[in-house]
Formats: sequence, structure tokens, C-alpha cells
Amino acid sequence: MKIHEYQAKAILKAHGVPVPQGEVAFSAQEVSDIARRLGGGVCVVKAQIHTGGRGKAGGVKVVKSADDAEAYAKTLLGRPLVTYQTGPEGQMVSRLLVEQGLGIDRELYLGLVVDRSTQRIVLMVSREGGVEIEEVAATHPEKIHKVFINPAVGLQPFQAQQMAFAVGLTGDAVKKGVRMMMALYQAFIATDASILEINPLIVTRDGDLLALDAKMNFDDNALYRHQDIRDLRDLSEEDPLEVEASKFSLNYIRLDGNIGCMVNGAGLAMATMDIIKLSGGQPANFLDVGGGANAEQIKNAFRILMSDTNVKAVLINIFGGILRCDVLAQGVIAAVRDLGVPVPIVIRMKGTNVEEGKRLLAESGLNFTTADTMGEAATSVVGLAGGTK
Amino acid sequence: MAVLLDSNTRLIVQGLTGREGTFHAKAAAAYHTAVVGGVTPGKGGTIHEGWPVFNTVADAVRETGANASVIFVPPPFAADAIMEAADAAVALVVCITEGIPVVDMLRAMTFLKDHPGTRLIGPNCPGIISPGKGKAGIIPANIVKEGRIGIVSKSGTLTYEAIDQLSRRGLGQSTCIGIGGDPLIGTTHIDALQLFQDDPETDAIIMIGEIGGSAEEEAAAWIQQHFTKPIVAFIAGQTAPPGRRMGHAGAIIAGGKGTAAEKMAALIAAGVTVVKSPADMGESLVAALGAR
Repeated sequence: MKIHEYQAKAILKAHGVPVPQGEVAFSAQEVSDIARRLGGGVCVVKAQIHTGGRGKAGGVKVVKSADDAEAYAKTLLGRPLVTYQTGPEGQMVSRLLVEQGLGIDRELYLGLVVDRSTQRIVLMVSREGGVEIEEVAATHPEKIHKVFINPAVGLQPFQAQQMAFAVGLTGDAVKKGVRMMMALYQAFIATDASILEINPLIVTRDGDLLALDAKMNFDDNALYRHQDIRDLRDLSEEDPLEVEASKFSLNYIRLDGNIGCMVNGAGLAMATMDIIKLSGGQPANFLDVGGGANAEQIKNAFRILMSDTNVKAVLINIFGGILRCDVLAQGVIAAVRDLGVPVPIVIRMKGTNVEEGKRLLAESGLNFTTADTMGEAATSVVGLAGGTK
Repeated sequence: MAVLLDSNTRLIVQGLTGREGTFHAKAAAAYHTAVVGGVTPGKGGTIHEGWPVFNTVADAVRETGANASVIFVPPPFAADAIMEAADAAVALVVCITEGIPVVDMLRAMTFLKDHPGTRLIGPNCPGIISPGKGKAGIIPANIVKEGRIGIVSKSGTLTYEAIDQLSRRGLGQSTCIGIGGDPLIGTTHIDALQLFQDDPETDAIIMIGEIGGSAEEEAAAWIQQHFTKPIVAFIAGQTAPPGRRMGHAGAIIAGGKGTAAEKMAALIAAGVTVVKSPADMGESLVAALGAR
């Protein structure tokens, strides 16, 4: 799960990480009020959306006065911001973070993520702050310093100190850096974060260290024990169909093709998208109904799938293990009768109770196309969706 | 000889008294597997479906001589269940549970380093089946066939698809290992390939990977050095958009890394037959065997 920058900064502040003074605003008037509370001088207005690249897209601006802040807010609020990560339609801006302006001496990078190979949380730091870290990793990997953290004991001060020296901190700043890194690690563990990125972490001209930006993502599997973080979810940042699917424990991701697919199991669902593409079509979505779906869930899955008006044909690919093919067939028949699905449906079923499932489909009187193999099913659905392009 | 499971396997089920635990304990027992009991804290001393239930894994091991465990406990308690099994010196621990928090698994994996006698399969996996010999997990027994092909896979139903493609062509399986789709797993592709390399009753392999992480690239490097049997690979997620978690917690292209294209290129460079279409796994394996 993703949250906004201002929410991440509030969490970090509560864990003792220094962040700039600032408040979130939902209107230009609020922006002006906050800017005045911050002293009325130089401040920063930052669009709050769940994607990167805001700075280059004009979503972050340093302004000289509260009036300028208000004027800039009016150009941002209620409009989509297009960054290299949003796609051409952009992401609607409805919240702005207004922060004090700071005299920056140096910009550093700091990130905490789970490293799969070592099965450890890795703390990464670099002197190259304020730029895309992926770019640094690709061109100058030696400029990224890493320390792997034993989860049994956590980040140790000597490790944080190594990192502080590695990015060239000196004197008092070393102590401040160590304190900040220890606090960031604590925040990461306490919230079950999956990514914590401070880019840039700044050293001010007064020698203070602050998190000028903050990105936090959380482990979806751990949200059950963090009501406070679940409350931060901003549904307006998510696709409405994906939000709807999540209510029924369905894994749905909207894509831009025209062949809807419904599959059990994440790997098979990805493989089904792949074979549609290989056969010359374009998948409209990823949809994993899971291993133990019942007829009601199948029906909801179908309804969500069909809410995407781009869908011109549907491919259902089920390998019944625990999920029985007859249960699937019942769910699909009920859904098609109820929803009056206007597009062709190709069904490929294998596994448990497949004969019973096929019999139900055949006797339903509905117009399904059935296929025996994934290859056949894909060719068939691509043809029905209007052929290859 | 099959990989991991054999006639000496004595299996307990952690979470036996739950719906899933009960269903799959019966299925395993009906398929040549010696299921010897179960663990549900608080229900020790009772009998469930004819099996003795114990409060702790240590009790179960002491009373039944169990040497393998399959875990069906809910996500908040599953990492703890893994560590409990390791602490009781269970040699093979198969964790089916999906949705374990990563921080919990970080701790469990660290704990397992102190218990080198325990092998963990999963979590978030369908488990293992050795056709004709036994199973620990949820892979349906009715689709497998006894034979000499090994399967190692991150995915559940895609494993079934591979099994079906092989069985339809008359090729049976020695052992099918679902290693799981989570970012942190006990047995990696490399670990499973090592088992198959050492198994005289496995002739060739189907390896199924998916986007996310770099396990397939690491496996490719290892294959080039150590693996001598024919191997066909498929990587799911060639059309997956970056930055989105594709169902499995581990299936995400992050920061431009973990794409199917990179993994496929690494495997091809290591001499592996990589199929673009999931429909071609079985046929390509037949061809690879013929070409030997």
C-alpha cells in the first residue's frame, strides 16, 4: 500500500526523524493560511500524488510569499499532473503539502528495502541525492553504499556510522546522521514498511539533517496489524475497479487491452496474459480469483471484469485443483444470466470435476466457446475480440 | 528414489483441525502418504478424523516420530509455526500459507540459519508431490503420473498446467516442487535444481519462474556451472506492467528490475531452452529429451 509524502513525514516525525515544518492543504485558501503560519516568506508547495517525477512535471515549486503560494496552488489543485510515471492521463491533484523553505548545503539519498537474495533489510545511502537512484545504480553503482541488517538485532550504531562516513558527513552531522538512520530503521520495522526512501535527505547550511522528501510503501500482508496505516489509504489514487475487486479478495489489475481474462492462480493468470499477447491480442486485465473461489466470487469477478468497457471478449482459464470446475461453471452461468454479458466468452477448464463443468456449460443454452488447451483458447479469444493488431 | 518425500516420510499437519488442514491431510493420506498426526495448540490430547492432535510440534515429534510437517495455519501465526517446526528438528517443513508479513519471514529465515537440519519449502506455495510415493501440500494427485521429469515452480496452477502437459504426452514426474511466490522463501530454484541434479531418477526438468527479484538470474548462473540435465524454462509475466504486484507478493517489477525479458535472456545464455508460450512447456521438454 502506498501513502502520500505528508503522511509518511508524519509517521517519520513520530519516530524521531527530523522533517521540515509543514502542513497539508486541500484548498488554495488553506495553502495561503499555512504559508502565513510558516512565516509568510519563502516556502515550498508540493503536489501530493502517489507517483514519482513530481518535481520535473511542475508539481513542486519554491515560492517567495504566501500570495505566490496561493496563486501556484490554484494552478495545481483540481487538475491532473502528468509525470513520467503517471501515463498520459496524469493523476488528479487534490492535496498539497506546504513546507518551510530551507537553505540546502548537500542532498543525499537514503533507502531501506528488503533484499531478497540476502534475506535481509538493506540500508542504502549515496551522495547522489535528489536524482533517480535507479539511474545512479545503473551508471555508478559504486556510489551506492549498502549495509545488510540482521533482523534479530536490528540496525547497529556502528553500521549507521559507516554509512554516515561513507556519504562524507563530518563532525556533529555524523551523530545526527546515525540518530536519523536508527530512527528510520525503527519506523520501517514498526510499520511493516516495504520501501522507505528519503530522496533527498538534506544537510542544511546550518548543519541540520532533514528528510526533505519521504516515500513509504507498506507490506500488504501486514496491514491487518496496522489499522492506523490502513486509515491513510487514499482510494482516489487507485483505479475504481481495482478498489471494487479488493472488497471481494480478488486480485485485479486493469490494463489497456480488450481481452478480459479470469484465471485462478497468479502465475497462471500472468501466463494467460502472456499467451494472449503472443497470439496477437492485448489483455484488458490481470485477474486472479484465487484457489478457493466460490460461485458468488466468480460472479463478482465477472461483473468487475465486464465493467471495463474496453472488453470485447473474455477468456476464462481455470485449472481446477481445490477450485472445482463445476463450481466455476455454475458461477459463470449465473453471472452471464444475471449480467447479460454482451461479448463472446471462451472457457478453458482443466482439472477437478471438469466433465461435470463442461456438461453444465453445454446444458446452459448459453453461447460459450470452449477450448481444451491454453493455446487453442488464446487463438480463439483473439479472433473473437476482432483479430490481431 | 524421489526428491524430498519417500517411504520413510512421516508427516504431521500444523493446523490439522482447520478446514484446509483437514481436507489436505485426508488427500495426502489417500495418496500413499504416512500422515501421523496434527498440531493445534489447545486441542492436544484429542483425536481428529482418526489422527492424534498435539499442542506443540515437539510433542507430536516425540509421540509420532514425525520427520516432515505441512503448515496450514493463518498468516499471523505461520512464521511462528515454521520456527516451531524447525525447533523440534523436523527435517522437511512445507508452508502452504499465503500472506505472511515480510518482517515475520525475515525473522523466521534468520532463525532457520541456526537449524541447518531443517529444509523449508515455501511459504505461499502448493507444496510437493512425488507421484506414486506421497505428497505434502495441495497439488491434486489426479493430474500427476509416475515418471522421471522434475518440476520446480514459483506458481501453483501453472505447475498443474506443466504437469498436465507432461502427463498428456506420456511423460510422468519424479517430483514436483512448488517453491512459492513470496519474496522470501526457504528453498530457491537453485536448491531444488541441486536436488534434481543429485537424483538418479530424474532425467530432465521444467523450471517455472516469474517476474520479480533475481532468483532466476542466479539460477541461470548456477545452471551454467553445475547442472547437466535437459531443462525447459518458462517465465510468467512477460506482459506485466512495471510497479504492480501481480497477485504474488514477490511478483513485481521494481525500479526496472526483475523483468521477464532479463530472466529469459539470462537462462538462454546459460543454455536453457526457454519457451515464450506457457502452452509449449511439455512439447519443448519432449524435444529436449529427444535431442539428448
